[in-house]
Amino acid sequence: MATTATTGLPEHHVAHHFDSAQQEFDSNKMGMWLFLASEIMMFGALFVGALIFHTLHPAAFNEGSQHLDWRMGTINTFFLLTSGLTMGLAVIAAQSGRQGAVRLNLVLSILFASGFLVVKFIEYKLKIHHGTLPGRLWHGEGFHDPYVHVFYGLYFVMTGLHGLHVLIGMGLMTWCLIFRASSVQFNRKYFTPVELVALYWALVDLIWVFLFPLLYLIG
Amino acid sequence: MIAHVTNNINYLKAKRGFMSWLVTVDHKRIGVMYLASILCFFILGGSFAFMFRLELWSPLKEFLTPDQYNQFFTLHGVIMVFLVVVPGIPAALGNFIVPLQLGAKDLAFPKLNLTSLYLYWLGAIIALYSLVAGHADQGWTMYAPYSLSRNPAVLWMMIAAFFLGFSSILTGLNFLVTIHNMRAPGMTFFRMPLFLWSMYATAIMQIFATPVLAITLVLLLLENFFGIGIFDPALGGDPILMQHFFWFYSHPAVYIIVVPGFGITSELITAFSKKDIFGYNFVAYSSVAIAIIGFVVWGHHMFVAGQSELADFLFSFLTFFTAIPSAIKVFNWTATLYKGSIELKTPMLYALQFLFNFTIGGLTGIILSILSVDIHLHDTYFVVSHFHYVAMGSTMIAFIGGIHYWWPKMTGKMYNEFWGRAAAILVFVGFNVTFFVQLVMGSQGSPRRYYHYMNEFQIYHQISTIGVIILATGLFMALFNLLASLKFGATAPKNPWGARTLEWEEADSPPVLYNFTKTPVVTHGPYAFDTEKA
Amino acid sequence: MDNSKTFWLPEKASTFTDFVDPAFNLFFWISIFFFGIICFLIVLFTFKYLRRRPEQLASAQITHNLKLELTWTLIPLVIVMALFFVGIKGYFKMRVPPSGFMQVNVTGQKWSWSFAYPSGAVNDTLVVPVNTPVKLVMTSKDVIHSFFIPAFRTKADVLPNRYHALWFQATRTGVFPVECTQYCGTSHSYMWTAVKVVDPDNYKAWLDNASDPAKGKTPAEFGALLYTKRGCSACHSIDGSRIVGPSWKGIFGRQENCGPAGMVMVDEAYLRESMMEPAAKVVNGYQPVMPTYKGVLTDREVDAITAYIKTLK
Ligand code: HEA
Ligand code: HEA
Ligand code: HEC
Ligand code: CUA
Ligand SMILES: [Cu+2]
Repeated sequence: MATTATTGLPEHHVAHHFDSAQQEFDSNKMGMWLFLASEIMMFGALFVGALIFHTLHPAAFNEGSQHLDWRMGTINTFFLLTSGLTMGLAVIAAQSGRQGAVRLNLVLSILFASGFLVVKFIEYKLKIHHGTLPGRLWHGEGFHDPYVHVFYGLYFVMTGLHGLHVLIGMGLMTWCLIFRASSVQFNRKYFTPVELVALYWALVDLIWVFLFPLLYLIG
Repeated sequence: MIAHVTNNINYLKAKRGFMSWLVTVDHKRIGVMYLASILCFFILGGSFAFMFRLELWSPLKEFLTPDQYNQFFTLHGVIMVFLVVVPGIPAALGNFIVPLQLGAKDLAFPKLNLTSLYLYWLGAIIALYSLVAGHADQGWTMYAPYSLSRNPAVLWMMIAAFFLGFSSILTGLNFLVTIHNMRAPGMTFFRMPLFLWSMYATAIMQIFATPVLAITLVLLLLENFFGIGIFDPALGGDPILMQHFFWFYSHPAVYIIVVPGFGITSELITAFSKKDIFGYNFVAYSSVAIAIIGFVVWGHHMFVAGQSELADFLFSFLTFFTAIPSAIKVFNWTATLYKGSIELKTPMLYALQFLFNFTIGGLTGIILSILSVDIHLHDTYFVVSHFHYVAMGSTMIAFIGGIHYWWPKMTGKMYNEFWGRAAAILVFVGFNVTFFVQLVMGSQGSPRRYYHYMNEFQIYHQISTIGVIILATGLFMALFNLLASLKFGATAPKNPWGARTLEWEEADSPPVLYNFTKTPVVTHGPYAFDTEKA
Repeated sequence: MDNSKTFWLPEKASTFTDFVDPAFNLFFWISIFFFGIICFLIVLFTFKYLRRRPEQLASAQITHNLKLELTWTLIPLVIVMALFFVGIKGYFKMRVPPSGFMQVNVTGQKWSWSFAYPSGAVNDTLVVPVNTPVKLVMTSKDVIHSFFIPAFRTKADVLPNRYHALWFQATRTGVFPVECTQYCGTSHSYMWTAVKVVDPDNYKAWLDNASDPAKGKTPAEFGALLYTKRGCSACHSIDGSRIVGPSWKGIFGRQENCGPAGMVMVDEAYLRESMMEPAAKVVNGYQPVMPTYKGVLTDREVDAITAYIKTLK
């Protein structure tokens, strides 16, 4: 890897169609922001759908919500927020060129994210056991409102889509860890991959922060 | 380090072989592949229209059964919207032209660009598969609960639209970032050609509206498979919610469709009257204004659907504001002609048609947003005619004009001017004969999506069918003229039209691999034409 | 007053035409005005400033004119705001029925309409007295339909599991077409009926008669009546031709191949089941699209239809 004469920092190769590293960085970052904006629109529609359902069938919503375990939700909130913190630390570490700290924080973030998924997995298992599944799969018993299954439809769609995002985020972190953090020296001029993954992860956090009260606490 | 690539051979010849096209990240080649694919689907979608228009010759059975008829207009609508006009101008011409007009070497994310082409193809293949998977007959609007029949063809069509949506988001994202960050030295926002402004506005809508379509389709699919009960009234769901979601995307989508057409028209009118655009700022901002207003008017498709009165009230009110930026554009284009040096070349003929058709299409849109009147006109042929005036008569016409305009740049060949003009005139006559009568039969109360109609409407349907025969003749003539030029056309000069934007002044015809042999420096506005000295 | 149709609009038969038609015409003329100006200018400029020699340049470069541009921003703004008020005024009249209306319940289903009167009368066409406000309370049994009377300038979607209302006041007697304008499948374009506007006296007589349709009829005759009134005719022919469902001609006593359910003998019990649980045994080669008539057809009506089917040899 070539180094620049003035700073002595290892230089990242700029793709052919960009004029400068700054332009490349700005473009990548803006691209990520726009992508996140489109994600927000997508989840936003789901939230609107959930709120409308809440006004249509408030009783069903409450009853469904009461059968969710808010303690598990809280643990998961804790897991996600902590992983968000470690992702932030990873970015700071990358900016100041501390490669070891980058790797450590990435590993921690992945661990917390897996913790989230494990809890989610347990929750899903319980739901399957109780038969509180969406639509045609529903065989829950002892519910009063006929529309509780719609609540669970929403629950599975929303947490499922969010869980998918968690998985993708973990994949991206792993990619950062294995391919980037080991072959590229991050420094204050080049830390794009970590920064972008952290941005994405912030969105995953943010969505959960809205999902949690909506599904677990409103009832 | 990347091996040094010589940058003085034109992009068509820079690399050879089939594979070199399939794995290319060159925005120009991607644009060309998009163009070819989109035109194929335009012909396919048009063929469906052609066939069901023949069927409509009489209210009785000609050669299609009611089920086939329903399937045909569904396929026509879905193909035309999701595979032709929505990707249309941005993906085909935009891909080719945006970096050239900006003075950039490529789009910001070339690999993403190729990905979006592959997503388009994936969506296209799935859509084609749904043709053979059964009878998809849900209409392009896919209203629940009709679309919840678990009909496999319908499901495949939804999956296709899902991928096409992603393709569209990625294109928009790429353009927005490119326009923000990759302008050549001296290319300020207010020196950008208006085509770029229109791409900018379109990209905003693609990024913010399309995700809602994606989630709607996911919910529809889940509703079909598991009956989650969000849209299905039988399970406690709300079919009106589905319509809100659908139009939240599909109204902005109609501006995704037409705004690029505005951009092309601005380029054509200035280039062929050798005039600076009248009121650059107004025209540029009005594109963005349309993009923004377009997000809050979707409910005008649901005036009789059973949404609340308050919603009807607000949506009608907001809809009227779309008239203002549109009016600005129409008047400014007309004023641009004033004291110009107008040359009626083929692209200009299409641009003038655009003005004519768009005025009719837009004014019929306004009449539809008058609440009491829309209650009568909703879901009649009046609506059908309205949106063909804006989608076919405006957007596709601008698209075809743009293809003619940039053809020499893309292929390095000049087409035959005589046949080009003759085709343009046929298209104009054919289009208006087809669709003007539909306004009349619509306001007379003839519902759309009708296989079997009342006898009193037969004369209108017959005129319309004759129109489409003229229209198709014109379109095929235009197409053959363009294709013939590939073999017989004269070599195109660098700037055959004497236009002043970068792609004409700085790039070769066809351009070299990385567009420019040296980075252009911009010193003047896009339409800085000289004036005749008295 | 002239009620016949014009070039643009269909015949007039309700009070709504008093404001819908003028609104349409108002904007029609505004459109003609703007469209005329634009076409005129395009043609004028094109020919006046046509390029006469190859290298000719524009005779002036006018880049903007704020006053002019503001003018053509503000004039349309004023016009559309006026249009909005015209539209909204009419719209509220169309939404709020005056007091003293009479109500009819409308049910839409694939692909027929049925109209139920408070007196118990049920009919397949809408019969209403002239000059009386009528409110329709509408619902659908399957997908969304839409109820459109062009001559009355009114329409509303008919939704499953919901009630959506519509009202009108007919201004003259006559028969006017009703059409379904929301796409609802195969026979969407055949989902027609009529609204019959009659004098109050005739209306009374009709209603008395319709309220007890079986009066003075044999069961088979009553069944024949139900065949059309209940919309069976939309899907079943009586002459052996195939529409959506099997023809009723000669089915009684026949063996029907019902796929997984095997061969079934068409008898009284099977006919009743076909009407109550149509999906239970689906005849081979047909889609299970027939709606259930449970809770719709009374026992007496089922018997009447059965008797009628028996007569169709
Ligand atoms: C390219 C696509 C496109 C465009 C640009 C538009 C533009 C507009 N559309 Fe259209 N529309 C569609 C595509 C489009 N539409 C489609 C596909 C449907 C039906 C979908 C379906 O049901 O399948 C539809 C349906 C539709 C409806 C619903 C009808 C119904 O189903 O009942 C309405 C109602 O308000 C409407 C309104 C408008 C308005 C106000 C504009 C405005 O933006 C127009 C603005 C332009 C002008 C006004 C002309 C220029 C101005 C002047 C010349 C100045 C003078 C003007 C005045 C004084 C007012 N459209
Ligand atoms: C942009 C979109 C678009 C375009 C371009 C068209 C184009 C045409 N449309 Fe369509 N149409 C829709 C979108 C579009 N339509 C939609 C969304 C619906 C509603 C569907 C629904 O209800 O669900 C609809 C419905 C619709 C109906 C109503 C059906 C019904 O309600 O029962 C009719 C009826 O006449 C019709 C006719 C036509 C015709 C004659 C054309 C013609 O203009 C077609 C002309 C094209 C050809 C004949 C092919 C030849 C082309 C070439 C040779 C290529 C030339 C290439 C170059 C010059 C480079 N369309
Ligand atoms: C939407 C269309 C539709 C309507 C309306 C409809 N049917 Fe049917 N009907 C069908 C179809 C399709 C079948 C065959 C499939 C099945 O057996 O369910 C059928 C089957 C039947 C059969 C069994 C026929 C046989 O050959 O075995 C009877 C009896 C019947 N219908 C009675 C009625 C009556 C009575 C009415 C009106 C009160 C009615 N149907 C209205 C579609 C319809
Ligand atoms: Cu019922 Cu269309
Ligand atoms: Cu719209």
